[in-house]
Amino acid sequence: MVGLTQFAYIVATSLFIFALHWMNTPATARRGVFAGAAATAIAVLVTWAQPAIVHHAWIVGAIAAGFVVGVPLSMVPLTAVPQRTALSHAFGGVAAGLVGTAEFYLWYHHEPENLTSFHVGALVCEILLGYLTFTGSLMAAGKLQEVKWIPQRPVTYRGQNIINLILFAIAVALAAAITLRPTAAWAPMAFPAIVVLSLLFGVLLIIPIGGADMPTVIAILNSYAGLSAVAMGFALDNKLLVTAGALDGSSGLILAIIMCKAMNRSFANVLFGAFGQVQAAKGAGETKVYKPETIEGAAQILEQSNFVVIIPGYGMAVAQAQHKVRELYDQLKKRGITVKFAIHPVAGRMPGHMNVLLAEADIPYTDLVEMDDINHDMPQCDVALVVGANDVVNPAARTDKTSPIYGMPIIDADKARTVFAIKRSKNPGFAGIDNELYFSDRTWMLFGDAKNVIGELVKELSGGSGMH
Amino acid sequence: MTGDFWPTLYVFVLASFIGLGVIRRVSRLLHTPLMSITNAISAIAVVGSIVVTGSDYPLAIRLMGAVALFASMTNIVSGFLITDRMLKMFKSDQKPGSHS
Repeated sequence: MVGLTQFAYIVATSLFIFALHWMNTPATARRGVFAGAAATAIAVLVTWAQPAIVHHAWIVGAIAAGFVVGVPLSMVPLTAVPQRTALSHAFGGVAAGLVGTAEFYLWYHHEPENLTSFHVGALVCEILLGYLTFTGSLMAAGKLQEVKWIPQRPVTYRGQNIINLILFAIAVALAAAITLRPTAAWAPMAFPAIVVLSLLFGVLLIIPIGGADMPTVIAILNSYAGLSAVAMGFALDNKLLVTAGALDGSSGLILAIIMCKAMNRSFANVLFGAFGQVQAAKGAGETKVYKPETIEGAAQILEQSNFVVIIPGYGMAVAQAQHKVRELYDQLKKRGITVKFAIHPVAGRMPGHMNVLLAEADIPYTDLVEMDDINHDMPQCDVALVVGANDVVNPAARTDKTSPIYGMPIIDADKARTVFAIKRSKNPGFAGIDNELYFSDRTWMLFGDAKNVIGELVKELSGGSGMH
Repeated sequence: MTGDFWPTLYVFVLASFIGLGVIRRVSRLLHTPLMSITNAISAIAVVGSIVVTGSDYPLAIRLMGAVALFASMTNIVSGFLITDRMLKMFKSDQKPGSHS
């Protein structure tokens, strides 16, 4: 029986690796989902079949409840995928935390032979990571969902990092103490203190982080959720948990590194650098003037171009404009115009967010181009159409050393012959930074909701000359 | 029991290297589905919660296990389903000869 279980776990691990391997191209990716689901099913069934498992009704009930909540959660609109992802990290975190808590009290009161420093050490790592991922991810999900009582802007106060650091240090000290003396009489009291501290730390870690940094934060939380599964694997001597958790942990790590590179910032800067406060001081001095353009004028210029690059950002997701963008894409393609989408790695609120929205609108993925590839072509571009993107096209990142986004790689929209920028209002973007691009000689503004503006453009183009 | 530490650490380190190698090759187009599938995969913690929920343990312990099992199962179900839903949407350019 033990042999069979271990064999099944090895099969499951292999399938997980294949699942991720198949994600390397959209052509095979769906096979990956099948492999992953099969691996999970195998692991669940084999574990369930162990003779120690006697309360089957409980398991059936909990699994059924999981389906009842899980199925609707998988049907959310794609614009809500970032908050769904954050929420599922929270579920992963709380699951790890609860299993860890249950195991600790079980061992303490009933199976003291398990209370070795090694096991308890792994267990406290598991609950530290699990509970901080839980509350941190809930906060992130709340910010992304724009829940009323969670402030969107970064919340900062004096000594914030020091307070966080002290709290974390206390939690780690308690964890270390419990690891060294797992059988001590005070251990069952110290344990809940660790739980409370890591729950609190999760909240405090996320409140100073603004929406623009969410892609990185979600990736980091993804990594933590994986690492808490790894710690659970150490605590329970289960290597399947270790391998699957390690795969998840490395995925989160790589995504976080990509996001940080795309913003030219370090992990430490994202987590402790509280963005969005600095720039309030400047910008009040000079008043620059936007040059507005009419829908008719913009449509005419679009019609006469050969190469159009559309640069989507979070504003496109907010306005749900991806389907209108598709109509515009069709109108332009019909005229023989080359249309490409320039995707910045941090556009949107999670890694790959724009790609999913555009794929939903049936835009072939072959026309979605990464920043580094499209930038070579930008000088040949007749029109760059910025749809709800802001910081990722801000030339201040190249030139203005005082700008908080200085050094961040951007899409070179300003090198296009003409730039049209669709913008909801005249206020600065999410990061609160003024965008020089909007005041450039080549830039014309189209004010309004992205969906409406593009809808008007499509109407103008389809009613216009090119049709017949 | 402590003897298991080193073999497990080996497994962890090797699995991390495989993870880094495999994930680095994942198409940037698919980073959102990647995140949702790894999320479902890390819900393998379900294995731990099944043991805690189903074994003959005290009630309070099993209750915690059941909540954990529910949370993991939610991630498994919604994670794989939404990944598949997103991946279905990725289509290449169907009209050959359109543009490069």
